[in-house]
Amino acid sequence: MNGEQAPLLQLRHVAKSFGGLRVVYDLDLEVRDGEIVSLIGPNGAGKTTVFNLVTGIYAPDDGEIVLEGRDIAGLPPHKITRLGIARTFQTLRLFLNMSVKENVMAAAYGHTSSTVLESMLRLPRARREEREIAQLAEEKLAFFGQRLVGYRWDQPAYSLSYANRRRLEIARAMATKPRLLLLDEPAAGMNPVETGEMTELIGRLRDEGGYSILVIEHDMHVVEGISDRVVALDHGVKIAEGSFDAVATDPRVVEAYLGLRKRASA
Amino acid sequence: MDRDRTDLPPENVEPGRPRVGVDEWVAQVDQRRDRPTGIAGVARRIGEVVTPPIRLAIVVVLAALVPLWLGEGDLFNYGIFVLLYILLGLGLNVVVGFAGLLDLGYVAFFGFGAYFYALLSSEHYGIHWPAIVSIPLVVLATSLLGLVLGIPSRRLLGDYLAIVTLFFGQAFVVFVNASNPKVAGKGLTGGPNGVADIDPVSFFGYEFTTRTQQYALLLAAGVVVLVGLHFLSESRTGRALRALREDPLAAEAMSIPVNRLKLLAFGIGAGIAGFTGCMFATLLTAVTPGNFDVPILITVYAVVILGGFGSLSGVILGAVVITVSFQFLAPENPQNNARVLFYTIILLAIVLAVRSWWRLLLVLAGTVGLGIAVHAIVAAFAPTWTSGQAVEAGRFGDLISDWVIIPQGHPDFGNVAYVALVVALLVLTQMRPTYRLLAIPAVAYLAAVVWETSFVEQPAVARWILFGALLVVLMNVRPQGLLGTPRVEIA
Ligand SMILES: Nc1ncnc2c1ncn2[C@@H]1O[C@H](COP(=O)(O)OP(=O)(O)OP(=O)(O)O)[C@@H](O)[C@H]1O
Ligand SMILES: [Mg+2]
Repeated sequence: MNGEQAPLLQLRHVAKSFGGLRVVYDLDLEVRDGEIVSLIGPNGAGKTTVFNLVTGIYAPDDGEIVLEGRDIAGLPPHKITRLGIARTFQTLRLFLNMSVKENVMAAAYGHTSSTVLESMLRLPRARREEREIAQLAEEKLAFFGQRLVGYRWDQPAYSLSYANRRRLEIARAMATKPRLLLLDEPAAGMNPVETGEMTELIGRLRDEGGYSILVIEHDMHVVEGISDRVVALDHGVKIAEGSFDAVATDPRVVEAYLGLRKRASA
Repeated sequence: MDRDRTDLPPENVEPGRPRVGVDEWVAQVDQRRDRPTGIAGVARRIGEVVTPPIRLAIVVVLAALVPLWLGEGDLFNYGIFVLLYILLGLGLNVVVGFAGLLDLGYVAFFGFGAYFYALLSSEHYGIHWPAIVSIPLVVLATSLLGLVLGIPSRRLLGDYLAIVTLFFGQAFVVFVNASNPKVAGKGLTGGPNGVADIDPVSFFGYEFTTRTQQYALLLAAGVVVLVGLHFLSESRTGRALRALREDPLAAEAMSIPVNRLKLLAFGIGAGIAGFTGCMFATLLTAVTPGNFDVPILITVYAVVILGGFGSLSGVILGAVVITVSFQFLAPENPQNNARVLFYTIILLAIVLAVRSWWRLLLVLAGTVGLGIAVHAIVAAFAPTWTSGQAVEAGRFGDLISDWVIIPQGHPDFGNVAYVALVVALLVLTQMRPTYRLLAIPAVAYLAAVVWETSFVEQPAVARWILFGALLVVLMNVRPQGLLGTPRVEIA
C-alpha cells in the first residue's frame, strides 16, 4: 500500500449514537483513489449508518470525515454529493413515478446551472445543458448493457423489476459525477446469475468508470470477488481490516457472525 | 454466510418465457396491462400522434375563435373566467403537482396580488400607476410573499403544511376584511366593501376596454405561462421538483437542494397567482374579501385535481369543465341547461366506467329500455305516478317525461327516491365489476328520476350537487385526473 498518497475519503474517530444507543463508535476508515473497499458485518452492525454519516444524512457526534483534505462532517447531503460522493440506498429510494431516464437526469442537478428563467425561456444555455444531461443519462444507463436501454427509458421506475431498480440506483448515483461511489448492498435480493453480473459490474465501475468504491455487502462471494480491502464492523466498532482472506478467517469476525446465528437460533 | 434465497420466485417451467419476477417478465406484464382498449385506448393513441406543440396550436386557434362565437357578456362569463382559472390552476400545479407540497393558502396569493394591484390603480389611495410598472411589482411582491410562506415547508410536510397554509389563507381574508376608518377613510384595504373602481389595464396608452381585447390579453398571458411551465417542467428544475415530490431524502442525496426548491416552488406558484390577481382586479374593476375565500380555493383545487396533478393540459381541461359547468348552471340561466348537463354527466360516467364499446352499447340500451319499460308498466297500473310534467320542458323535456316517471301529487316521492339513490350509489361502489355492469342502468335511471322529481325544483342545491357528482364520478373512474398519469404511492 502506498502510504504517501493521501486517501480520497478518511474517517477519523467517528461516533454516532441514537438516544442511548451507540451505533458507530470511534471508527477509523479510509478509501484510497481507485480502491474497492467492502464494509461487512452482521445486521445492525452500523454499516448503513456509516453511509448516512458520510453522505451527510446524519451529522457525526464526534470525529472527522475528510474528503480530499476537506472536512465534510455536518455539510448538507446535496453539498457533499456535489463534492463527489454519491450513494445508493439499501431500501431502494428511486423516484418511482418518474421515468427511468428522468431518474438519472434528475441527479445531474448538482453539476448544471441554468436558472429558472433560462429554463422557462429555453435560452441557449438551458438548451445545451438539456442535451448534455440527456446524453449523460443515456451513457450511464448504457453501462448496464441491455438491461436498461431502449423502451425502458420512458417507463416509470415503478415498473422495473427488483434487480433493475438496484441497477437504476447505481446509474442515478453515477449521474452526479462522483469520484466515490457508496453502494449499499447492491446485490441484495438478486438471483445467483444477477449477483454474478453485479460482481462483474462493480469491477467495471472502477476500471472503466474510474470510481473509487465503498460497498456494503452480505454476499461473501461478491465481497471476495471485488474487494481490495475488507473492513468488518460489529456493534459500531471496527473489528477487523485487511484482505478478504485475512478478514474472513479472523476469529472476531467469525465470532460476530456465529454469535449472531447462535442468538438467532436461541 | 450466504443469504437464504427462499424468497425468490420459483423457476419458470415453460421454456422460452421469462421467469416470473425478472425484468423481462415485469415488462411483459406491464405491456399487457397497459394495452389501450376501448375509449381510453383511442384517447391514448390520439395523444401519441398529436405532439405538444400541435396540441398547443390547436387549443390556441380554438380559443382565439371563441370571441367570434360568444357575445361580450358570455365571453366574460365563460372565456375570461376559464382563462383566469387556467392561470390559477397552472400556478397551483407548480406547488402541488410538481413539488407535491399541499398548499391550502394558495388563494391568499391570488388575493394579495389582486388587492395590491387594486390599491396601486384606484382612488382608494389616489394612486394610479401604469400597469407596466405595477404588474411586475405586484408579481415580484407576491413571489416574495410566497417565498416567506414557503419557509414552514422546510420542516413541515403533508397535513401539517396544509394546516399552516390554510391558516395563512384565512388570516388573509380576516385581514382584508378588517376596516379601520381612520386609515384612508375606508380602512387599509376597504374592509368588507373592498376596493372599487379599479383602472382598466393599459400598456403604453393602449387600453384593453372591450371584453374581446381583455380576452386576447389573458389568452396571450396564458400561453406564455403555459409554455414557460412546460419548458420548466422538462428542465433540471422541473425534474428536481418532481424528485422532491417523490422522495425528498433521495433527492437531497442526489445533489438537489431540497429546501431551496421548496421555496422556489412556492415563489413561482405565488408569482403566477399574483399576476392572475392583477388581471382579476382590473377585469372585475372591484375586489372584495369574499372573492378570496374558501369556495375559490376549493374550485382551484377542483380544477387541478380534475385535470390531474402535474399535468399542464389537464389544468386547461379542468378549468374549462369546471367554469363551463358552473356558468352553465348559474341561476340566471334556463333550467334546461342543468338538465342537459345532468344527462351529459350520467352519460360521461357510464362511458368512463364501461371500458369496451359493446358493453357500453348494452348498458346504454339497457338504461333506455329499462326506462321505457318502467314508464309503461307504471302508466298502466298507476297513472297518477307518471302524469307529472318535466319542469321547463322543451322538446328534450317532453321526451324525458315519457321516459322518467314523474308523479303528480305525491310530494314525498322525490325525497324517498333521493335517499334510495344515495343508498344505491353506495352499494354500487361496493359491487363486483360484473354485477356493477348490470346495476348501472338501474342506478342511472334512478338518478334521472331523482333529478326530474326533486332537484329541478331546487336549482341552487342542484347546482352544487351536480358539481360534486361530476367530481366524484370523474375521480372515481380516473383517480389520477382526466389527463394525469397514474401514480403509485410510496410506502
Ligand atoms: N435514525 C435512527 N434512529 C434510531 N436508531 C437507528 C437509526 N438508524 C439506525 N439505527 C439503529 O442503528 C443500528 C445500526 O443500523 P444500520 O442500519 O446502520 O445497520 P446495518 O449494519 O446497515 O444493518 P443491515 O445489515 O441490516 O442493513 C440498528 O440497531 C438500528 O436500529
Ligand atoms: Mg444497512
